[in-house]
Amino acid sequence: MSGKNSFEPRIIGFLCRWCSYQGADLAGTSRRHYPPNMVPVRVMCSGRVDPTFVLKAIADGADGVLICGCHPGDCHYQSGNFNAMRRYPLLMKALEQFGIEKERVRLEWISASESEKFALVVKEMTETVRRLGPLEWNRRLFQEGQRKT
Amino acid sequence: MAKLKLALYWAATCGGCEVAVLDLNEKILDVAAAADIYLWPVAMDYKYKDAEAWHDKFIDVCLFNGAIRNSEGEHLAKLLRAKSKVMVAFGSCACFGGIPGLANVADREGVFARVYGETPSTDNSDGTRPQTSFTVPEGELTLPYFYDTVKTLGQTVPVDYFLPGCPPVTKQIWAVVQAIVAGQLPPPGSFVGVAEKSVCEECPRVKEEKKVTAFVRPHQVIPQPEKCLLEQGLICCGPATRGGCGAQCVNANMPCRGCYGPTERVTDQGAKMLSAIASIIDATDEAGVKKVVDQIVDPLGTFYRFGLPNSLLTRVRV
Ligand code: FES
Repeated sequence: MSGKNSFEPRIIGFLCRWCSYQGADLAGTSRRHYPPNMVPVRVMCSGRVDPTFVLKAIADGADGVLICGCHPGDCHYQSGNFNAMRRYPLLMKALEQFGIEKERVRLEWISASESEKFALVVKEMTETVRRLGPLEWNRRLFQEGQRKT
Repeated sequence: MAKLKLALYWAATCGGCEVAVLDLNEKILDVAAAADIYLWPVAMDYKYKDAEAWHDKFIDVCLFNGAIRNSEGEHLAKLLRAKSKVMVAFGSCACFGGIPGLANVADREGVFARVYGETPSTDNSDGTRPQTSFTVPEGELTLPYFYDTVKTLGQTVPVDYFLPGCPPVTKQIWAVVQAIVAGQLPPPGSFVGVAEKSVCEECPRVKEEKKVTAFVRPHQVIPQPEKCLLEQGLICCGPATRGGCGAQCVNANMPCRGCYGPTERVTDQGAKMLSAIASIIDATDEAGVKKVVDQIVDPLGTFYRFGLPNSLLTRVRV
C-alpha cells in the first residue's frame, strides 16, 4: 500500500440480529451498492455490545467501529438499545481522551426495512474513516520514539 | 530448612509498597527468621553489581514493586528475573502500571515538557532537560533513559505471581509470605492475596435499585454510611474491581478506586466500569444521557486509574 489514497479502512460492524442485521440483509437482496469495508458481526442485541468489544476491535487494528441496533423503543429485548444509548456517550468521551477521533466509532439505529439507511451509513462512514487515515493501534503499541523532538 | 533468599526491588513506584512490607510490624522478625534479604535498595545498602555477580536462580523469591518506566527499571527487571526462582509482581504498579501508568496519557516529550517547563513551580528558563550522559571535570555522569510508554512488570519479563493492591493489604502480604515459606503456592501465573469476586461482594453496604440522575465527586458530599455509594451518585469502582482488600475504602466512606485491578472474568477494567456506570444512568433519551455523562469529568483517569498500561488500548495516542 502506498499513500493515503490506496488506504482501505477496516471497519468492524456490530449489528443486532433483529433489526440492523436484517436491514443489512435486505440491502443485499435489494442489490444496493455500498463499500465492502465493513466486516459485520451479528450480535443478539446492541445492548450486548460491551465497550470491551469496541476497544478490542481497535486494539486489534480496526480503523473504525459501527454499532447498529433497533430504534429506541423497538428493541427485541425491550431495553437493550437503551443500554447501548447510555454507554455510547461515555465511551466516546473516554475514546476522545485516548486520542481517537469521534467519527471512528458510530452508533446508529437501523430497522429491518431501512436498507437504504444502512447502505448510506456504511458508505459515509467508510469515506470519513478513509479521510482520517489508518488508526493502526496494534502497530502503535510500545513503539519508542514515535514523536520526534 | 535452609533460609529463603529474598530480594525486594522498586521501580516506578511511590514507596508505599515498601511501607506495606514494614507494616508487617513485629511479624517482620518472623520474615527475618525464615529468610535472608539479599537486596532491598530502600532499606539496605547494596550495589547492583552485587546482584549481577549472583549465579542464575540464586534468589528464591523476588518481590518486585513498581511499573517499568525507564531503562534502569527494565534492566533490573530482567536481571532479577534471571536471578530469581520466583518473581512476584508486588502491588498495583507492577501488576497493572498503577498511578505511574497514568503517564501513558502523554509520552516522553509530553512528560518532560510538563515537568521541566509548564508546571507553575518550575523555573527553568534555560530549558534544561535530563540527559542520559553528561561530562563534568570529575568524569561522566549518567541517568537512565526515560521511555515513552510505561509498562507493567508482566509486559517486560515473565512473572510467576501477581499480588495487587495500592498497596497490598498487610494481612494478604503476610498470608502470601507464609505460603511461600511453606512452599504452598498456587500454579504460576496466578493472582495471590486476592478474593475471587469483586469488591461489591465484600462491601457491607445496602444495595437496592441503582438509578442515578446526577454524579457527584467525593469532595462534594459526605456520603450516607450504609447505602451503596453508586446509588448515591459517587463513582465507585467496586463492580469491576477484584476484592481481597476487605473493602477498606468503602468502609471508610470513600468509593473504591479500583486498585486491585479487574476481576478474573474482566478483560478491561475501564470498559467494564464504563459499562456499569452507564447502566445506572436514569435517562432514556440521548439528551438526558448526555446531561448525566457531562458530569463525569475524566472517564479515562477515573476508570483506568490503576491500570492504563494493562488495558486493551495501553496508552493514549500522541
Ligand atoms: S434487539 Fe435490536 S437493539 Fe436490541
